[in-house]
Amino acid sequence: MEKIFQKLSLASASLVFVILIGIFITLFSASKEAISEFGLGFISNPNWNKEVPVTSADTSKIQEVVSFDMADDKEDIADEDAILDEDEDDEMLFDEDSVSETITEYGGLVPIVGTLLTTIIALAFALPIAMGIAVFLSEIAPKNIAYPIGIAIELLAAIPSIIFGMWGLYYFAPIVADLVGGYQVSLLTAGLVLGVMVLPFMAAITRDSMNTTPDVLKESAYAMGATKFEVIKDIIFPYSKVGIIGSIILALGRALGETMAVAFLIGSIFSLPSKITDPTISIPVAMANNFGEASGLGESSLFYLALILFIISFAVISFAKLYFLRGTK
Amino acid sequence: MRLLINKIILGLSTLSAIIGLSFLGWILITLFIKGLSSFHFSLFLNDLIDGGLRNLIMGQFILAGIAGIVGIPLGMVAGIYIREYGRGKYAQLIRNLSDIMMSAPSIVIGAFVYAIVVIPTGGTSGFAGAISLAIMMLPIVINTTDNMLSLVPKELREAGIALGASKYKVIIDIVIRAAKVGIMTGILLAFARIIGETAPLLFTSETSNYFSLDLTESFPSLTVSIYDLANEPEEASRDLAWAASFILTVLVLFINLTGRFITRNKKR
Repeated sequence: MEKIFQKLSLASASLVFVILIGIFITLFSASKEAISEFGLGFISNPNWNKEVPVTSADTSKIQEVVSFDMADDKEDIADEDAILDEDEDDEMLFDEDSVSETITEYGGLVPIVGTLLTTIIALAFALPIAMGIAVFLSEIAPKNIAYPIGIAIELLAAIPSIIFGMWGLYYFAPIVADLVGGYQVSLLTAGLVLGVMVLPFMAAITRDSMNTTPDVLKESAYAMGATKFEVIKDIIFPYSKVGIIGSIILALGRALGETMAVAFLIGSIFSLPSKITDPTISIPVAMANNFGEASGLGESSLFYLALILFIISFAVISFAKLYFLRGTK
Repeated sequence: MRLLINKIILGLSTLSAIIGLSFLGWILITLFIKGLSSFHFSLFLNDLIDGGLRNLIMGQFILAGIAGIVGIPLGMVAGIYIREYGRGKYAQLIRNLSDIMMSAPSIVIGAFVYAIVVIPTGGTSGFAGAISLAIMMLPIVINTTDNMLSLVPKELREAGIALGASKYKVIIDIVIRAAKVGIMTGILLAFARIIGETAPLLFTSETSNYFSLDLTESFPSLTVSIYDLANEPEEASRDLAWAASFILTVLVLFINLTGRFITRNKKR
């Protein structure tokens, strides 16, 4: 009996391992068709479901790599992610002596860029506010106010994301569009609603890490005559830095894979945004909207996107975990 | 000067807290106003095809319930392994992987189930939806069980062993009993989380306008139907979507509060 129970528990624990490996292998094999067709060029190809002329003699296309500059203030992001835009030189394809025909091409650049940009906008919006809330809850507010607000924030983190999406589409986006101009469904509104969604989660875990600062440290600083801000800046932040960064990365991981809050607002158009108020698409939304109808190469390409998203979020979350572990040891 | 900076920063922090909270308050108020104005008790009596939500609410509960029946025992036993049996690297690896799985994008889990269940069986089904939710639930339950067992003092285990009980007896009769309340709370929170999930159901169970208990067909789902209804141009559909969202939110908050209530009572 003892042995059976032990084996059983080992088996269930290994199930986690099996499922994760299973996800990886399944996504990989389901996207094999797209991988062999497009290779890694998939990541930098802006076309989706588009007929592209190819030479029948030589299907490998001549590509010219042009570094793609994101609109003005996003330059740092472009550097960071090394987003390259491989522009196909269409003219090269019409060689006089080759017969041209068309193939349907799928590329992941637009959803990948859309995913990264919405996440960045969301974090840029949520980060300062979440920090403010965390500082307010752990240092400024008296206990009898901080406690109920803290619970309210934790409860808000539990609200299904689809509700954030609906609210965003019908109430928030019209106001943003009035203020900034442009479309109601856009990169900006999607990013902001995503930011509102991760806000309670981020605030709650940031507050938790701030609360781990020992009172003795704070009290000794106050005794030295430090102001509250100085205590926050010089004692609490350095002490809980690792936890705070870890929680930011966890929020980032959550924002990357979020489907429903973004699906209502991003516009679901496969085109690269030239302005922040342009509609575009993200990987989860591309999957949500196209999975049912897709087949063949299109479906395989969606699995390829899923694989890319899985790898990105796996990397981001493992990084956060490693960072945590390194900090706590 | 220092005092001035102090005042400014604290003011900014309070201000951002107010901004953040007012956003969240705005959502809740919208949800309650829109939801309550479209809410009617007949929603619980009719199916979606007749303008009600009965089949959807039932369907969502059935999907999440099956996910729980599969995910909770597996997750608990796996959590027991990590905390009680596992030694060294393998248990730590599983613990880390389970944490990573907990934050894995839910739509990717949907795609995984689509590939291994929906494609081979030839169509969307309630089973596929329940499997996706079970996969989502598993790591949450593992994590809770692991954490709650770690709070049980070692002396309890030693006392059990000293009395001659075998290890699994000690675990089931002593350790689990001591951690019962915490684990139950964790399971309630896990349930609250998966019952509001949409993305993993979109192309696994889909949804249905009719009342159905047949898990081999497309299965009614509240969240997927909210997504469909909210995108309809007619005002009536959107109002129904708001009513459904309101019911869903009340449900999720109710489960969450119940979980908290249990923990608080225990502490006293």
